[in-house]
Amino acid sequence: MAEKILMKGNEAIGEAAVVAGCRHYFGYPITPQSELIEYMAKRMPQVNGVFLQAESEVAAINMVYGAAGAGARVMTSSSSPGISLKQEGISYIAGAELPCVIVNMVRGGPGLGSIQPGQCDYFQATKGGGHGDYHNIVLAPNSVQEMVDCTVLAFELADKYRNPVMILGDGALGQMMEPVSFPEKSAEAPAKPWASTGLKGRKEPNVINSLHIQAPDLEKHNYHLQMKYRTIKENERRWEEYRTDDAELVLVAYGITARVAQSAMEMARAAGLKVGLFRPITAWPFPYEELGRLVKTAKGFMSVELSAGQMVEDVRLAVNGAKPVYFYGRTGGMICSPKEVFGIVKKIMLGEEEK
Amino acid sequence: MAEIAFARPESLRDVPFHYCPGCHHGIIHRLVAEVIDELKVRDRTVGVMPVGCSVLAYEYFNFDTQEAAHGRAPAVATGVKRVHPDNVVFSYQGDGDLASIGCAEIVHAAARGEKITTVFVNNAIYGMTGGQMAPTSLPDQVTTTSPYGRKVESVGMPIKVCEMLSTLDGAKYIARVAVNNPANMAKAKAAIRKAFEVQLSGLGFAIVEVLSTCPTNWGMSPLEAVGWMEKNMMPYYPLGVFKTPEEVAK
Ligand SMILES: Cc1ncc(C[n+]2csc(CCOP(=O)(O)OP(=O)(O)O)c2C)c(N)n1
Ligand code: SF4
Repeated sequence: MAEKILMKGNEAIGEAAVVAGCRHYFGYPITPQSELIEYMAKRMPQVNGVFLQAESEVAAINMVYGAAGAGARVMTSSSSPGISLKQEGISYIAGAELPCVIVNMVRGGPGLGSIQPGQCDYFQATKGGGHGDYHNIVLAPNSVQEMVDCTVLAFELADKYRNPVMILGDGALGQMMEPVSFPEKSAEAPAKPWASTGLKGRKEPNVINSLHIQAPDLEKHNYHLQMKYRTIKENERRWEEYRTDDAELVLVAYGITARVAQSAMEMARAAGLKVGLFRPITAWPFPYEELGRLVKTAKGFMSVELSAGQMVEDVRLAVNGAKPVYFYGRTGGMICSPKEVFGIVKKIMLGEEEK
Repeated sequence: MAEIAFARPESLRDVPFHYCPGCHHGIIHRLVAEVIDELKVRDRTVGVMPVGCSVLAYEYFNFDTQEAAHGRAPAVATGVKRVHPDNVVFSYQGDGDLASIGCAEIVHAAARGEKITTVFVNNAIYGMTGGQMAPTSLPDQVTTTSPYGRKVESVGMPIKVCEMLSTLDGAKYIARVAVNNPANMAKAKAAIRKAFEVQLSGLGFAIVEVLSTCPTNWGMSPLEAVGWMEKNMMPYYPLGVFKTPEEVAK
């Protein structure tokens, strides 16, 4: 690891992508991720890479499809409304099993919403988003350093599983400045004998495709995808726990709200309340088992989100009715404060809060 | 030894086409395959296939291909070309694909001067989905979504893609051809060849529009369809070269 430098989240992702060997970037400007596309515009030519500002998010993600199909480590980034437009391409990329990295710096929605941070794209990110039975691997970092680490990891996982990987950030993380260090480089991209590179002496043409016109063929392909997702679920769950050992109330939060929740937890501990924090780093695959294990010790759980309640559904699945699950969220680009969350925590622990 | 006068191009696999009798997609595939063979670029060609009747074209061409979402072939081709600038990359697209849902993608690929080639098959209708109106359907043409004929007062006039793209500086070669008779087939092949040569010399974007029939959805026999195309399509969509690199240089 090199020395630490102070960097903005969006730009740190860009530099991490360079470290990871990404040499192709296609995007379209949108707040609050424009620093990332701007960074790539500056950086890609310096490393003999390709930067292209597409005419739309639809075109950008399809350029990603083409480049990924041709064997490149390729990235695109956007924010909520832009990611909605990218869903068509993401579904095709998942269907054709192409590796790529997609960054979503989530803002308040629905519609044009706001440009303030949000976590209201959780469903869209983790449950498919586009049409068909598929999953993105979704990494949800909570610091600028972790955004760097997750970006490098994202390229590795994308290649390993031939699957789109989404970095689920938000406006606050993208704009935040923190000291970071970068790894020297990431694992080499594996050989991609399936890519459409031109035959170059190969006998059989490579076809990059998501069309399976015969129903039995498509079902077979879907079973294959589901098997792959099962492997990913088994191997790639990532999470962090803070003081969950003796916690009576476990807060569950990811990304920016995990930082708020951690402060709230510390306030609660200072007040003698046994509160812990469980932080999924992979929003998909969600660490159901690890969270579920805590039902033995905890009396209750509370999901804290910048949404009207999306991840709370996964928390409920993990808890499976064994203990009460509470939810606290702000929407529209509003961020909850530690004090606010601590207030709710106190109420729950004194038995005053409704489920 | 006897000389082989006529053989299947290497760029075409030995499998039967699924196209309807009298459909021009098959002829156009063959011309593209012959050109790629003659230019000796099969080994470095990547074709990008559309959504439309030619959705299965990747089963016919004998080189690497990518299947794009409806209309997005120029964007996909852009991605491929930017990764492998030495590859020969082309998109094959119908008129619904290119002139309707993918209108932005083709305009911007042309505007960027993307060094790709587009083969644009204009049959004035949506073939695959069963004969709905296309942006290229002619005035008063009856289709399943213009059962009273295309009313230009409410849906406008058909889009002339070659003429429209000719205004863009990045487009270096633009031609409209037809494959209704042997003489025109020879011209069509020459145009397709030229479009690939423009790409090979790195000049910019090239497109060949091929007027085509859809006997099935026009509700005609193959012969009637050719007649209808000559009588109705050719006057509105005049054949010819709209732009060549020489003209661009002037
Ligand atoms: C996003 C999307 N919208 C609609 C369709 C349905 N669709 C399939 S082919 C087609 C029309 C194709 O017409 P054209 O491009 O003219 O090609 P042709 O079939 O005539 O060769 C449509 C609308 C689709 N597959 N995807
Ligand atoms: S429906 Fe029309 S375009 Fe499609 S294969 Fe048949 S004739 Fe050709």
